[in-house]
Amino acid sequence: MKVKVLSRNPDDYVRETKLDIQRVPRNYDPALHPFEVSREYTRALNATKLERVFAKPFLASLDGHRDGVNCMAKHTRNLSTLLSGSCDGEVKLWNLTKHECVRTLQAHEGFVRGMVVRYCGTSFFTVGDDKTIKQWKMEAPGYGEEEEPLNTILGKTVFTGLDHHQKDAVFATCGQQVDIWDEQRSSPIRSFTWGVDSFSSVRFNPVETELLASCASDRSIVLYDMRESAPLKKVIMTMRSNTLCWNPMEAYYFTCSNEDYNLYTYDMRYLDRPVTVHMDHVSAVLDVDYSPTGKEFVSASFDKTIRIFPKDSGHSREVYHTKRMQHVICIKWSSDNKYILSGSDEMNIRLWKANAAEKLGVLAPRERQAANYSQKLKEKFQHHPQIRRIAHHRHLPKNIYHQTKELRVMKEARRRKERNVRKHSKPGSVPVVSEKEKHVVTVVK
Amino acid sequence: MASPGEAAVGNTHVGEKKKPTSRYWEEPQEDGKHENKVGEDGEQTERSLEKKTRQTHKAKKRKQEEDQGDGNKFISGKSDPFPGPAPIPEDRLQKFKRRDKTKKPRRQHYKLKDMIASSEEASEMAQKQAARLDLLLPEDAGFLEGDEDEDTCTISQEDIADVVDITSATKYFDLKLSQFGPYRVDYSKTGRQLLLGGRRGHVACIDWQSKQLMCEINVMESVNDVKWLHSEAMYAVAQKKWLHIYDSNGIELHCIRKFNDVLRMQFLPYHFLLATASATSFLQYLDVSVGKEVAAICTKTGRLDVMCQNPHNAVIHLGHSNGTVTLWSPNQKEALVKMLCHQGGVRSVTVDKTGTYMVTSGMDKKLKVYDIRAFKPLKSYFLPAGASCLSLSQRGLLSAATGDIVQVYRDVWTTPVSKPYMAHRVQRTIWGMNFCPFEDVLGVGHGEGFTSMLIPGAGEPNFDGLDANPYRSAKQRQEWEVKALLEKIQPELISLDPTELGQVDRATFEQRHQDRVKALGFDPLAKEKFIPKYKKKGRSSTGSVERRKRQVAHEDQRDVIRKTAEDKMKIEKERKKREKKEAVLSSQRSALDRFKK
Repeated sequence: MKVKVLSRNPDDYVRETKLDIQRVPRNYDPALHPFEVSREYTRALNATKLERVFAKPFLASLDGHRDGVNCMAKHTRNLSTLLSGSCDGEVKLWNLTKHECVRTLQAHEGFVRGMVVRYCGTSFFTVGDDKTIKQWKMEAPGYGEEEEPLNTILGKTVFTGLDHHQKDAVFATCGQQVDIWDEQRSSPIRSFTWGVDSFSSVRFNPVETELLASCASDRSIVLYDMRESAPLKKVIMTMRSNTLCWNPMEAYYFTCSNEDYNLYTYDMRYLDRPVTVHMDHVSAVLDVDYSPTGKEFVSASFDKTIRIFPKDSGHSREVYHTKRMQHVICIKWSSDNKYILSGSDEMNIRLWKANAAEKLGVLAPRERQAANYSQKLKEKFQHHPQIRRIAHHRHLPKNIYHQTKELRVMKEARRRKERNVRKHSKPGSVPVVSEKEKHVVTVVK
Repeated sequence: MASPGEAAVGNTHVGEKKKPTSRYWEEPQEDGKHENKVGEDGEQTERSLEKKTRQTHKAKKRKQEEDQGDGNKFISGKSDPFPGPAPIPEDRLQKFKRRDKTKKPRRQHYKLKDMIASSEEASEMAQKQAARLDLLLPEDAGFLEGDEDEDTCTISQEDIADVVDITSATKYFDLKLSQFGPYRVDYSKTGRQLLLGGRRGHVACIDWQSKQLMCEINVMESVNDVKWLHSEAMYAVAQKKWLHIYDSNGIELHCIRKFNDVLRMQFLPYHFLLATASATSFLQYLDVSVGKEVAAICTKTGRLDVMCQNPHNAVIHLGHSNGTVTLWSPNQKEALVKMLCHQGGVRSVTVDKTGTYMVTSGMDKKLKVYDIRAFKPLKSYFLPAGASCLSLSQRGLLSAATGDIVQVYRDVWTTPVSKPYMAHRVQRTIWGMNFCPFEDVLGVGHGEGFTSMLIPGAGEPNFDGLDANPYRSAKQRQEWEVKALLEKIQPELISLDPTELGQVDRATFEQRHQDRVKALGFDPLAKEKFIPKYKKKGRSSTGSVERRKRQVAHEDQRDVIRKTAEDKMKIEKERKKREKKEAVLSSQRSALDRFKK
């Protein structure tokens, strides 16, 4: 007779001393783990609920400006520094970790219109309503020294925006025309105009560094090559675009914030129709900034909210608002992909988490693992109606809620009318125009 | 087949006649490997011949090429004798396979295609990892083999207990409890605790491995059934009138008056549901985490004293006196399935761990095995005395109680069984029987008390520490309890197919819409009735309103006519096409036409 009976040595299964961690032998046999799907679903549901519970995105408010915050700039080398310019011509440097202002300077008379940090991070440029471009040192002046710009350029017209080249000592401003400046010279090395118009924003392409794009007040977005003497091409839309931002990872895409409450992502090569139309705001969109991963972008709107959009989705995944925040004028996504900074009319800069439910600080490995696991589960079951309902629900201020509803009704009415017109017209005479094509008037080369 | 570099490696092997060290993963595929080797050898000799003929002129150059061609070569000149990842046996991979590959979507869904590809890759990786880990599991299952011409069923328990180690030998024992007679038995989910319920009111819970008595009470009432709840801190006792819950110290926690005349109970551990079957033919579900009755179903089938659960999908199986077995979920007032299994009443039902097989025994003295997924009978056996009690172990051993004899069968569903695997006689009629999880032990409750038997090969050798850990500490138990409560499955999710939730909802829009119409009682997407707008300056007179209504109705009618006309045209077109085809076919004459009338 041969016999073997299960007989386990308890020493193999319990810890030796109290200082050890408990032993957990695993067996992944599916027969020992019944109801896999239902349990995962329950976990996903719990994770979704917890995510909503822990969604506390607002971190801090930086106050100190004495007028509305008109522009902001990220430091190119330093995560904890932020620059902001206000409508009274004041520029402030902030230490984000300590939530305090480290330096204040009166840069311009009137608005500070644009601000950019040089790629090396040692100095920054500002433009203002007083028709000047000023270059400032990043370090504060020593004791007894006066706060003075490194360099001042007096322009002929008002500048409304500026951006710096990624690698060279060249920067671009916009106003009545788009100018390219060499840092060493006091007159522009190149000027671009295309019809009489004024420009509201200009941005260098982060990858093809010689390319620029600007938003013009004649409802067009114009592309330039710095090496050529004339602009490349432009797309004219039904409404004016306020600002634009290049996708830092796929730099042939850019997103522009438009007056018609939408944002449009364009492919630089095919301007005749946007790749995606991002809807959800209920008022003009004033600013947009991409996350450094290029997967999402954040937009600031006149409707007093900030929205975060996945780059290829038509609707936002997140909306931030507070009772006190007024029209949001400028927005930045921090370079570590974790925070969002918004500057608004009521003189405050607000610091938000980019991922509302994320736990800040150093995570223990197990904590990180659990977070990753629940994230995956949420992704897996995101389309189940119950989970979807919980994950998508956001509380909105009353007026925005009602405005959204009203807009929906208006849109539906328009659609209905179009349908009726089509029905009573000769077949084919009223073609179906998709949402993407609707907003593009023409492309000019 | 082999790259030149590999051939060079092979040559060195042949030359040295050195056998590679045998590895454990090579064992199951020994034959296949061997054949391969022969083939390789043949090829290599061929290769070497070829080499010799060519060596005369281009030897140097070829050698250089070889060296460059093989990237895997070590600098020392030796190469890895086991290149690549270790092979995983096919059967292990199969064990962890969740589902077949998804059909690839058409070309335009390129994003979906990428997504499916990446998720499939991930799941394949997980499957492989799990299969790899499976090789490293520490324990092996028990077994019992007789000598030549020795029947395993003749081996007595004493013999086994003599042979095995001391700890295992202590697992064979008898408890003489003749006073409060026949006993029901239940093991806790980890298999550490044993609960005994005597017909005449004696309830005892024992840590049976250390033989420590946790509590012992007499409820002074007849006891129909006992059941552990989710942990060893609480158990339920079905007494003469009501259902009572006690804690492990024997203190009565609840008397649940909603549950009367309970005869049998089952606990669904992942749903925290206690399902009870009563003499008044009610099947009731109690949520033990919140203490609420989830469902009470009147089965209208008389006294319910045969009950078991399907551990795979948490469906309750009830056996009835008319020979049917019915399947129940708390979400439906009627049975999910009714199966006629026996002529005469059903005496006992049990379902295996994977939810594939159901074993029933009836008054017709038959023991039947069903495939419960396809509802098909697989095997039917005749037991002279008929089995009053059935129980399946984790590894698929079936124990059947016939009078005072316990018979254990092996592989009842795959091969026709003629002899039991083991047999044992207890003093008096058997009343309750249960295999202990994760142990080779069968607990038998009978008129004289309780017998714990050794059944080698019954229990799952490797437990999962996060699910049911027999060696868990109090702290670990607390942790587990919180986790388990957090992922309590809602009773609404109980259905015949537990994976239904993870499948793509392919119900077409129309179907869903139809259901919605049925549920709402009206069609939410139906065209609204036209209500004419009120207009001023006398333009809303009855006549003009009527005229406007008529205009709209006329427009609608035109739409309908247009559509039907289009449909007709389409049908006509198709018919013509078909006729044309037929005409072409009929014009071709075949040799067989002359046989046609």
